[in-house]
Amino acid sequence: MSVQEEVDGTPLPPGWSAPAHQPGAFELPTTTFRERAERTMARPFARTAIAGATDHAAELTWLKFEGVDHDGLRDQAKQIRAHAIANLPDYLEQWIDNAEANGTIVHFAADEVEARRIIAEICVDEQIASVVKSKSMASEEVSLNSALEGAGVDVFETDLGEFVVQAMGDRPGHVIAPILHRTKDEVHALFSEMAGRELPNEAEALTAFARAGLRHAFLTADGGISGGNFLIAETGEVMLVTNEGNGRLTTAAPRVHIALVGIEKVIPRRRDLPVLLPLLTGHGTGQQITTYVTITGGPRRGAEPDGPERTHVVLLDAGRSALLGGEFEEALHCIRCGACQNVCPVYRQVGGHAYGWVYGGPIGAVLTPLFRGQEEGGEVAQATTLCGACDDICPVRIPLHDLLLGLRRQRAEQAQTPRREQLAFAAWGAVWSRPRLYRASTVVGGAALRVLARGDAVSTRLPGLRRWTDGRDLLLRRGRG
Amino acid sequence: MDTGEVIADHVGVPTVVLFPTCLGDVVARQTVADAAQVLARLGFAVRHPRGATCCGQPAFNSGHDVPARAVARATLHALDDGSVDPILVPSGSCTSMVRLHWRELFHKTDDAEAALRIARRVRELSSFLAEQSSAIAALQPRLTARVAYHDSCHMLRELRIREEPRAVLATIEGVELVELAGGERCCGFGGTFSVRYPEVSVAMADAKLQELEPAGIDLLVSADPGCLMQLGGRLSREGSPVRAVHLATVLAEAIA
Repeated sequence: MSVQEEVDGTPLPPGWSAPAHQPGAFELPTTTFRERAERTMARPFARTAIAGATDHAAELTWLKFEGVDHDGLRDQAKQIRAHAIANLPDYLEQWIDNAEANGTIVHFAADEVEARRIIAEICVDEQIASVVKSKSMASEEVSLNSALEGAGVDVFETDLGEFVVQAMGDRPGHVIAPILHRTKDEVHALFSEMAGRELPNEAEALTAFARAGLRHAFLTADGGISGGNFLIAETGEVMLVTNEGNGRLTTAAPRVHIALVGIEKVIPRRRDLPVLLPLLTGHGTGQQITTYVTITGGPRRGAEPDGPERTHVVLLDAGRSALLGGEFEEALHCIRCGACQNVCPVYRQVGGHAYGWVYGGPIGAVLTPLFRGQEEGGEVAQATTLCGACDDICPVRIPLHDLLLGLRRQRAEQAQTPRREQLAFAAWGAVWSRPRLYRASTVVGGAALRVLARGDAVSTRLPGLRRWTDGRDLLLRRGRG
Repeated sequence: MDTGEVIADHVGVPTVVLFPTCLGDVVARQTVADAAQVLARLGFAVRHPRGATCCGQPAFNSGHDVPARAVARATLHALDDGSVDPILVPSGSCTSMVRLHWRELFHKTDDAEAALRIARRVRELSSFLAEQSSAIAALQPRLTARVAYHDSCHMLRELRIREEPRAVLATIEGVELVELAGGERCCGFGGTFSVRYPEVSVAMADAKLQELEPAGIDLLVSADPGCLMQLGGRLSREGSPVRAVHLATVLAEAIA
């Protein structure tokens, strides 16, 4: 690579960035968790990749806080988040006042449709033909890339993982590590195809290929779109953590910076960061701090030599304000570190896509029914064993187990569970609440199982038992063993 | 098992109530018999509660509180016998249900007080046995095996019982306890989860079980019949020589 190429990068092949999901293209309403899970589980190496990466991340997290008052830090973080959310309207107003005083143009999007429209309009008004994007889960919620493509804007995802996701026409499988479910070989095949030649199958060479293309995109883009990890109320700033420096380039290099941030990301003060930041990075990637921490305070001012000419922040509601003051408010405390995904034994097998929408793992099983509604998203709250590992690792101590139970209860109360399930539990309740009937049922059931058993094991795949006996024997512990 | 019969009774000896739970009544009867035998050998009079059925957990964890409450109420009334005898449960997750979640389930009902009363009396079996370590040791339990202990999630993360079952295993001469890397990870049972998502559930079991053979494990021990139904059922299907057994059974065999 020549010196000039090293500096300017090389243009990415035209049209590669095309895959973008249409609004509503999520699989949620049309498939079940079971179907989606099976698809991931059937993919070679996917489970090994997911288990390996999540186990490693979880181990790093615990190591990182050895010798630190981890519990004390988490208590403090919980307090900060609970206070911010309990007073969300006030802190949001304070943030808006300060952001506007800094010269930031603030927009409010009530839902995903508005968010898409607002950002597409900004692009038209600001004459933006191409944007670089740093990783943003909020933008996944609103299917932003398809809106931008629709407005004739070229989009370049600049987080390496998101770059791969975009080129594959995939979706991120994890909030922090979007291609955790992919293997190096898959990335190698993809990049070689994009390059039109066989690249060395080494992480460094593959990264260098993406970097050259992205460098060019950064230098030529009119706009940069980012998310935001925190909105700091007392200063009107947006804070971002990244490890690749793409967040800093996205927010500073192009002419216009647009941030799309969920309204719940607000925190009162800068001095809350020493508590929240190490928890976010420690639980997210097992780092004391990420390589880059970017705090942006709006557009360039006066004689400042760099920074965007204009900064827009789009505050996204999309189901958040409806949770304020309710049973599920604590879901808004989430700082999107991904730790609950890393320790979840279900996620470890099935990855993020099985949850059918943007977020996977325990927090996904909570947010999906809350943001998409019980009818569309309620099923995934059942897709956990309630093992409690997520409760134990959450840096802001969200009681995920209780929230999941609450969502299951709400779903049953709204009669959103399958009719068969309602009838089964009603019948079960009628029989097992009467000791004599219960006794009769255990005698009859036990006798039936003994008839079916060979030795102490029932392995017959009878219709009523198949969901158990397809993969397991049913052991009757009559004798020792 | 609900005849209220006294299994072993001597005037002046401490009495315990042994709540078999529904799994103990249907698929884990030997586990309950073994628990009763061990307790009797330790000098306890053991009563089975008349009319107890199930703790209500399958419906409660699925969000169906109405049938959960109806079933749990039958058990609550059976357990609330006017005595203060400890109620021992050979299941971590049923203990957790009775001790922690019944309060919620019976909140603002006529049974709220009774639920609190029972929550105070209920004890997970292995934690009760751990207090009897010297009495168990006096029985000179002996069993030669390489043993892995599987933590039940609700027992570990709701009741915070971790060391107690291991302490009980340590009283047995010849038992070599091996800690597995994923020992504290869920086995994939999860009650109704195991039949809602059978493929995921079995894959979760396999992730645990694959650790056994390299570690040379003979016995996989747990204190939760649900986990044992899952892990044992999978081991049996795969034709594994490893047995999955309840702590009570290990102890009963070791003192036989």
